[in-house]
Amino acid sequence: MAIPLSYNFRNLWTRRLTTVLTIGGMALVVFVFASTLMLAEGLQKTLVETGSYDNVVFLRKGAASEVVSGVSRDQASVLETLPEIAYGPKGQKLLAKEAVVLIALPKKGSGQPSNVILRGIEEDSLLLRPQVKLMKGRLPRMGSSEVIVGSSIARGFKGVEMDEMLHWAMRDWRVVGIFDAGTSGFSSEIWGDVDQFMQAFRRPGYSSVIFRLSDPSEFQNMKSRVESDPRLTLEAKRETKYYAEQSQMMAKFLRILGMSLTIIFSLGAIIGAMITMYSSVANRIAEIGTLRALGFRRRDILIAFLLESLLLGFLGGLSGLLFASLMQFITISTVNFQTFSELAFRFTLSFEIVYKAMVFSLIMGFVGGLLPALRASRMVIVEALRAS
Amino acid sequence: MFFLKILFRNAFRNKLRTCLTILGMTIAILAFGLLRTFINAWYAGVEASSATRLVTRNAVSIVFPLPISYKDKISQIDGVKLVSHGTWFAGVYIDEKNFFPNFAIEPKTYLELYPEFVLPPDQKEAFLKDRKGFVAGRKLISRFGWKIGDIVTLKGLIFFGNWDFVLRGIYRGKDETTDETQFFFHWDYLNEGLKKRGHTWADQVGFYMIGVTQPEVATKVSLAIDDQFKNSLAETLTETEKAFQQGFIAMSGAIFTAIQIVSFVVIIIIMAVVANTMSMTTRERIGEYAILKTLGFRGVHIAGLIFGESLVITMMGCLLGILLLFPAAKIFRAELGNYFPVFNVERETLFFNLVASSVVAFVAAILPTRRAIQIRIADGLRRIG
Repeated sequence: MAIPLSYNFRNLWTRRLTTVLTIGGMALVVFVFASTLMLAEGLQKTLVETGSYDNVVFLRKGAASEVVSGVSRDQASVLETLPEIAYGPKGQKLLAKEAVVLIALPKKGSGQPSNVILRGIEEDSLLLRPQVKLMKGRLPRMGSSEVIVGSSIARGFKGVEMDEMLHWAMRDWRVVGIFDAGTSGFSSEIWGDVDQFMQAFRRPGYSSVIFRLSDPSEFQNMKSRVESDPRLTLEAKRETKYYAEQSQMMAKFLRILGMSLTIIFSLGAIIGAMITMYSSVANRIAEIGTLRALGFRRRDILIAFLLESLLLGFLGGLSGLLFASLMQFITISTVNFQTFSELAFRFTLSFEIVYKAMVFSLIMGFVGGLLPALRASRMVIVEALRAS
Repeated sequence: MFFLKILFRNAFRNKLRTCLTILGMTIAILAFGLLRTFINAWYAGVEASSATRLVTRNAVSIVFPLPISYKDKISQIDGVKLVSHGTWFAGVYIDEKNFFPNFAIEPKTYLELYPEFVLPPDQKEAFLKDRKGFVAGRKLISRFGWKIGDIVTLKGLIFFGNWDFVLRGIYRGKDETTDETQFFFHWDYLNEGLKKRGHTWADQVGFYMIGVTQPEVATKVSLAIDDQFKNSLAETLTETEKAFQQGFIAMSGAIFTAIQIVSFVVIIIIMAVVANTMSMTTRERIGEYAILKTLGFRGVHIAGLIFGESLVITMMGCLLGILLLFPAAKIFRAELGNYFPVFNVERETLFFNLVASSVVAFVAAILPTRRAIQIRIADGLRRIG
């Protein structure tokens, strides 16, 4: 017969301070572990959701992001003649030639300037990005110095409220609307007429061309044809893949950072659990002797102490996750190293992270309790009973 | 002395537990020290920048250029001693993983502005004479095993194509905080190549580096420069090198803050562990404290015993952690040297470590002490450890 679980609960309750401290230490480790994973997850989710699978992006060969890419006007015209382009509701081709530049705007709070993506769009750009929705105001009129601002930019930067004037490239730009693109990266951009931007910034060519495929399975054929065309020094990527690549470096950095921190921290928490369990064994030598004399076997004792330690780990993991889940309400805004521009994203809790964090905390409990439990189970009955 | 002996005896009464606690403390101090060093490394660029150097760049954003014609206008401004210019080249050596900073610069003035890059006179001469030549820091040279006269090819990410350079000199840093991983070549060489291709950046520079006569005039000069180009095609933004570097750091500020917070979390975790140890220790010795009280010792004495023991444990962990910090930083430097050219353990970090361990010792001892002091003698004596 196994030792009842209530024995473990009562024991933890008797030593409340110790129990709380051990659980607290573990909870903090799980918190750090879960938060860094949530950060990397949020970043990736944001950038993956930015793209849609049916869209194709054309960049100059070897260009990692739109900012360093260039597509000349004649190359863009060649792309416009491709037969694979889908048609929109008005019978127009769903294709947009866009220009992307970076400008520096002061952030709210610190006043420090940070880079923001300015995207010159055509009318069909909005049809290509169905996730973009206007929250306030109206769309910019083509051919005028009007811009709309993404919701994350409107929240995080100064001077980008409705009807305010922004000044760059020797012209004043009026904010006529604020758009929301959900959790996608477009929320961290400012949009306006591409021809106006190109003129103002004196750019001879576009940064990228994007269109929707009428049949998504045509992608490979179209890609190999475009990339072997000597007139075009361009590379075709699915939009989803293009944005996923932009999150790679940052997400990897966050994951490595999180992992190495957690490993170091977990050593501390495991030691904490070990100390607790060793003392809980040492304090109960006579008790263990009694249990053995009553007929409980070595295995039962081992299991009972391991269970107690696992219970500690479980409670630690649970409370750590509870705090980590509160982080979901926080939006973090930082510069993505790869695009060199500001990007807002949220801590995102996924089932996988919950699962990983719980497994991790149980492992901490197990490792911390193993040696003390072994010691408890190996005691000789007579000597244990003799201990006061 | 006698008191210290008691503290040590007490601390090591339960050897296993104390050793485990000290080990935990060591790990925490090590982690805290490494994180602080990491943050310092992040700030190394700011620390190394001089107050007499200004950076002028395009006001819209750093990715836009300024015309080369600005150079003469800037040199005419009062208080300007020397003007140099350069462009961030963003070249890649063989693979993107081999990242190092590379700049196209005007060599004569640039080297004059940066006296901390020490170059042997003959190598400097050779570099100035050869338009295809480049100089690189000692650490970068040893990383790739280049020798003087070697031809190195960089693949341009912004300025498309392959560019060949000849190694003409190896610079050393004047002191430990100087970045020895940079790569400099002639701006003229880049410009010629760009002109041939009809690139929009032909006759344009990424930034101007300006030396002022004395630090006090820096603000005045930077305002004068920005005024000069107000309402022009390329408006400028001039700031001290320090502010410029800080701007770069501020961009990844959120992540940086997270690391800072985390470095304190590790201290809180270890606080929980030490507090746990102390509470167990005192619980076992409640009877003894009652006896001490019976003998006439007061609460202060008992508090001294507990706080002292806590301090002994954390300090031992702290010293071990500091001893291990140096070899650990060395390993990090070897692994991450490409990203953090300067990775040194500073005296300040050690000081922070000591302060953190004392704080841990005190906080951890508060609750157990309260318990030990408040217990009534009769209750304490009655309790069996």
